[in-house]
Amino acid sequence: MSQSAIFKGVVVPYLLLAPQLLVTAIFFFWPAAQAIWQSLLREDAFGLNSEFVWFENFIEVVTDPTWLDAAFRTLFFSAAVAALALGSALFLAVQADRNIRGATTYKTLLVWPYAVAPAVAAVLWLFMFHPNIGIFGRALNAMGIAWDYKLNGGQAMGLVILASAWKQVSYNFIFFLAGLQSIPKSVLEAAAIDGASPRYRFWTIIFPLLSPTAFFLLVVNLTYAFFETFGVIHSLTQGGPGKATETLIYRAYTDGVMNLNLGTSAAQSVILMLLVVALTFVQFRFIERRVHY
Amino acid sequence: MATLSLRGITKRFGTTQVLHGIDLEVADGEMIVIVGASGCGKSTLLRIVSGLESASEGQVLIGGRDVTALEPAERDIAMVFQNYALYPHMSVFQNMAYGLKIRRLPKPEIERRVAEAAKLLDIGHLLDRKPRQLSGGQRQRVAMGRAIVREPHLFLFDEPLSNLDAKLRVTMRAEIRRLQRRLGVTSLFVTHDQVEAMTLGDRLMVMHQGRAAQVASPMEVWAKPADTYVASFIGSPSMNLLPGIMAADGVVALDGGIQLTLPAPIAGATGRSVTLGIRPEHLAPAPDGIAMQVELLEPLGSETVVHGRMADGTALTAKLLGHVPESGELMLRPDPAWLHVFDRETGQRISA
Repeated sequence: MSQSAIFKGVVVPYLLLAPQLLVTAIFFFWPAAQAIWQSLLREDAFGLNSEFVWFENFIEVVTDPTWLDAAFRTLFFSAAVAALALGSALFLAVQADRNIRGATTYKTLLVWPYAVAPAVAAVLWLFMFHPNIGIFGRALNAMGIAWDYKLNGGQAMGLVILASAWKQVSYNFIFFLAGLQSIPKSVLEAAAIDGASPRYRFWTIIFPLLSPTAFFLLVVNLTYAFFETFGVIHSLTQGGPGKATETLIYRAYTDGVMNLNLGTSAAQSVILMLLVVALTFVQFRFIERRVHY
Repeated sequence: MATLSLRGITKRFGTTQVLHGIDLEVADGEMIVIVGASGCGKSTLLRIVSGLESASEGQVLIGGRDVTALEPAERDIAMVFQNYALYPHMSVFQNMAYGLKIRRLPKPEIERRVAEAAKLLDIGHLLDRKPRQLSGGQRQRVAMGRAIVREPHLFLFDEPLSNLDAKLRVTMRAEIRRLQRRLGVTSLFVTHDQVEAMTLGDRLMVMHQGRAAQVASPMEVWAKPADTYVASFIGSPSMNLLPGIMAADGVVALDGGIQLTLPAPIAGATGRSVTLGIRPEHLAPAPDGIAMQVELLEPLGSETVVHGRMADGTALTAKLLGHVPESGELMLRPDPAWLHVFDRETGQRISA
């Protein structure tokens, strides 16, 4: 039985909605509107006067070759983070789905990284991989491998990918595990009797049945890699060495906060905002359809 | 086609033993129904035969080949599950072809076999559909089809009819029987439904608490139940089980004082505590019978089930033809040819 509360007038419902609406308005709509307005302005170096320039900031951003470099770098970074986070989470979930000793402990421990803030996660990785004080950094150098992510761009990229993916594995793991457990056991038994090897069963039964989950997670992971990895990059490499780990979100920060180039920084933010709108649209629009059973 | 032998199958989960040494010989083409209440170990036994579960002790032989240590895939069996276990993301055709594809059969051969099975089961027009677009009965047929196309040595049915509505269950029951006869594949069929068991099996194995209480043809199980459990489990309504003592080798004195004479004396039984079994349908009105106070009538149309009590308060059930008064006293006489005598301690049958 469903009960719908009926209020007289419109005051009470709006009062009840007000806190959430207020938070959304102050922390999301207002800054977003400001960013859009700012992206159409150009300010002088001292912030004394500003001029309305239409879309000049946008043109400047997208024609800047270093911005395009950052865009491709972001694409590579996000793809790598998503692939690594999804792949390892799926592997761990498949292991956890079996009847193993200490499964509950194992599952609980796997969820922990999600509770760690990005910046803190980055510091953990920093302590492990710092060339002078990190246990793995020192070990690598001791083995004769010239490990210094502060000098080597490739190593820096590898480290931020690893740290970012590590944080997202927990989230993916929970969803994959839930997906695996919703597959009826008898379907897998039927496949076993039909003669399918465990590997063949995985690719022909489990994986297709998990694909809606996987698609959902892919979108979520890409969004995460685009936007939420700022903390990891900021704590570990600050976008360096050179621009080796400068992603779009990090560049928007550098241009705006460090270089005080507010107009182009705002334009970059608006482009990123459109991107997240597009991703969210894809997520809502196609996920329901992809469920094919 | 093949024979199936089970030799001393036991199964323990931790410290609980669920199967206590099951032996069974199934002839080529025979259909054995394993029947019992839930928790008696019947599904576990079937899963051990399939290889999905491993026995703690004992051997499984299919066609004389010891398959105890083999994987399900290597046993050449097919199984129909209670919830059908169709692959939800595959079409009916793909569902049926899955096992054949794994065996790397040539494409035309796969198509021929699937088409043949589909025709046999009357699901030819559904081959492009997904399982979710099918009704319960159609899903059941597809599950059967998936088993048939494999042309296995052994069919295993794990309560395949329990998710269907009553009417469909009767139709599918007859269909499974017809199909099994026609294909002549050795089959094991697990069910908790005694009507299914009686109608489907060449022989029944009645299981009780992890043991085979009786293995015999349906009529024999009904006519000569091996113990009081089988006696009460098979037959509807259940057999009346009345405590008594052997007053003489051929006479049972019920605790209520009534004496009944058996058709043949049992040598040396005098003085033994027994349970006398009388099926409700073997009680008939007779002036010199046992007095029963009528308490409740269940009219079934052609017959009426009468619940009541004897003079000493013991409950008694009878199944009578024709009109029965709503209340009052009935005089009922058991057919002496159909009296069953069981040992009261062990529950085992003692009359021949």
